[in-house]
Amino acid sequence: MKGKGIIISFISILTTALIIYNCSGGGNSSNFSDAASKVYVAPGSYDEFYAFMSGGFSGQVGVYGLPSGRLFKEIAVFSQDPETGYGYSEESKAMLMTSYGFIPWDDAHHPSLSMTAGEHDGRWLFINGNNTPRIARIDLRSFETEEIIETPNSGGNHASPFVTENTEYVVASTRFSVPIINKDVPINTYKENFGGTISFISVDKNSGKMNLAFQIIVPGFNYDLARPGKGLSHGWAFFTSYNSEQANTLLEINASQNDKDFIAAVNWKKAEEYVKQGKAKTMDAEYYRNYYDEEKQTAFSEVNKKVLVLDPKECPGMIYYLPTPKSPHGVDVDPTGEYIAAGGKLATVIPVHSFSKMIKAINEKKFDGEISGIPILKYDAVIAGEVQDPGLGPLHTEFDGEGYGYTSAFISSEIVKWKIGTWEVVDRIPTYYSIGHLMIPGGDTKKPWGKYVIALNKITKDRYLPTGPELTQSAQLIDISGDKMKLLLDFPTTGEPHYAQAIPADILMKNSKRIYELEKNKNPHAVKSEKETRVERSGNVVRVYLTASRSHFKPDNIEGIRTGDKVYFHITNLEQDWDIPHGFAIKGLNNSELLIMPGQTKSILWEPKQVGVYPFYCTDFCSALHQEMSGYIRVSPANSNVPISYNK
Amino acid sequence: MYQFLTTNNFNINAADYLNHSAAFSNRWHKMKSKSKYLMIGASLILLLVFLFPIWNIDLEAPQYPEGIGLRIWVNKMTGAKEFDLKNLNGLNHYIGMKPIEPDTIQELKYMPFIIAFFIGSGLLVSFLNRKFIFVWIALLLIIMSVGLYDFYMWGYDYGHNLNPSAPIKVPGMSYQPPVIGTKKLLNITATSLPGAGSIVIFLSASLAIVSFIIDKRGNKEK
Repeated sequence: MKGKGIIISFISILTTALIIYNCSGGGNSSNFSDAASKVYVAPGSYDEFYAFMSGGFSGQVGVYGLPSGRLFKEIAVFSQDPETGYGYSEESKAMLMTSYGFIPWDDAHHPSLSMTAGEHDGRWLFINGNNTPRIARIDLRSFETEEIIETPNSGGNHASPFVTENTEYVVASTRFSVPIINKDVPINTYKENFGGTISFISVDKNSGKMNLAFQIIVPGFNYDLARPGKGLSHGWAFFTSYNSEQANTLLEINASQNDKDFIAAVNWKKAEEYVKQGKAKTMDAEYYRNYYDEEKQTAFSEVNKKVLVLDPKECPGMIYYLPTPKSPHGVDVDPTGEYIAAGGKLATVIPVHSFSKMIKAINEKKFDGEISGIPILKYDAVIAGEVQDPGLGPLHTEFDGEGYGYTSAFISSEIVKWKIGTWEVVDRIPTYYSIGHLMIPGGDTKKPWGKYVIALNKITKDRYLPTGPELTQSAQLIDISGDKMKLLLDFPTTGEPHYAQAIPADILMKNSKRIYELEKNKNPHAVKSEKETRVERSGNVVRVYLTASRSHFKPDNIEGIRTGDKVYFHITNLEQDWDIPHGFAIKGLNNSELLIMPGQTKSILWEPKQVGVYPFYCTDFCSALHQEMSGYIRVSPANSNVPISYNK
Repeated sequence: MYQFLTTNNFNINAADYLNHSAAFSNRWHKMKSKSKYLMIGASLILLLVFLFPIWNIDLEAPQYPEGIGLRIWVNKMTGAKEFDLKNLNGLNHYIGMKPIEPDTIQELKYMPFIIAFFIGSGLLVSFLNRKFIFVWIALLLIIMSVGLYDFYMWGYDYGHNLNPSAPIKVPGMSYQPPVIGTKKLLNITATSLPGAGSIVIFLSASLAIVSFIIDKRGNKEK
């Protein structure tokens, strides 16, 4: 009976959404002449912000400029990238290793810039892999992935990575509860056998090295999104959950029954104390940490076998549940750290909790029972206010630092601007269509840069030239400098941008690497000059040490290779000049090409199966004589005695 | 001669400046010691030559918005930026120019000694008479001219003595950079100008000349 009511109300919501679609579609292009000048970045000029947008199912991160919306780079993170050889080259394969073996892909969701004192410091960008739970760290001098750590005892690492105020930790959790430790059990024993974890991964403040510090075992709800506290709430982190019903099938109905689910408020400073006191149990686990050694230019894997686990039953005061309507999605903390806004995606209001009320309620023990040792706080004792009429399906909130919150509403496809304190809606603007996350530059920090809000949309339908059934996702740039939000620009994105981050260009530009210094190249297979180039055979393993410089490879004629050999090409780009990469490709290579940056060494494996002569060439148009930058490899039969030879 | 000097603004002004007093009479002795200090200054200022490039060659090309440059020092040759020399040599191989290898350039080995000689002999001359200052100035000017000529010839050799099997051959084209000024060489605009080191040498010569003139004038007054 109750289920039926939900279905009916859902249908009516969808109908309303469709009506709003039809009303808002199209747009009047004559209103945008003023907008054009605000997003126009003249040739040769720079954008004001870098924006990092998650690639979603592409597994990568897109680097864009704002306000122009121009795409500069896709950083290979969780997916193999045949363009650069990431995940194919001998040096990079280890980056994609997990306890399940080599995985060429993941679902990248939430880019999160490192912070110092609650502000983006421009050192690293973290992003979670949702599918096979992982967190990656990207270096913002090289714009390359430097580290990927796996999280054990987890499924669906969605509430992640979201850094703490001084990048003490990045967090992870289970959107999909799993048996902890994973084992073969009937799925309908969910309530007995499945559990969730909330993980804190420490980040070394100098090297950025990640380490799984501890995990907290929590009831098997679906932990969806997270935000560490800041300012007065620094030391806490907040995690939304849905499916407090603990359903294991047809969640869209069965996990939408309870009026309220929970935000888990974790006192991570307290958790640290419990770990120090030895309250954490050491549990067996297996998880990989892969890191890229910039000097050796090679990725290495480290397998960890232990994890420290805290049980809330034994750690009072470490974690509390804040009742929150209904199946909340986002949880976002305002710049002061006082207000915790939840995107109750099936709720009719945006509930905003107060941190200080929460502390008071804890001290006064205003509890409404407990679950597995986690006290449930009384809703009325923690709620600061509810934003009424916030649009349908509110998901995420960002802040402008001027006293306003901006919440995305998925079902009604709009951004709703509301005032902190009075909780009244002051403005709203349609998005095209079905906005997920939204992002204000620095909107998750103590000092937002403001100026724009970006809508990150899931559906584009009629907004662009059609490209068959698969259409682009999109971002929309909206001016928030005035009282009224104004749509400025609509641009397509690669993959599906979930969350995004933006940072003023001048913070990153000055640190951006131009080359890798050849002198510091400690790749064991590097050759520093043409004199060192050579071809060596050891059994059926042949190693070709090649150099690339404008406009030739050395050597460029190689003989004595036989079918059945394992041929490793180790190519060093000898250039020390800005923006002069060289590429490397061989006809018939069952592998990717390589793009080698100045001063870098990369290696690729070739296993020739057919006799003949094979051309190889530079794939990156490097110079006026790029076409001439090519060579030949002669492959002889397995039993031939053609000696190894090459031109010096 | 005196007439000539008084009509020469530069010398009048320099003398005024150095005197702090308009009265010339009966002060030749002091002026002479001023002349001595000037000459000591002319010598010691040459120490700065070791700190700055004596010549700058800067190249601009469409695909080098950041520029690429060569710095000629008294004892070394470097790029304007860390890898400019390496990159310049890389580019020059297309037109068959031989690589610039600072270790093989003899001038860079003995130029520091020439500067050292002028510092030492200049100090010595400060305590001798005017004729030696004249000789010192003359020698410095001769060496400067020889240096410029040598620099021209060095540029001529690099610009003309090209590998006949170079990939890029433009009939009638040579690639000699200008000694002073700007020249377009295919896609590259080369600008060659004296560096701070040369200005220091010029200043040193000027000080020595002023020193010479003051001393001479002081003696005439007497």
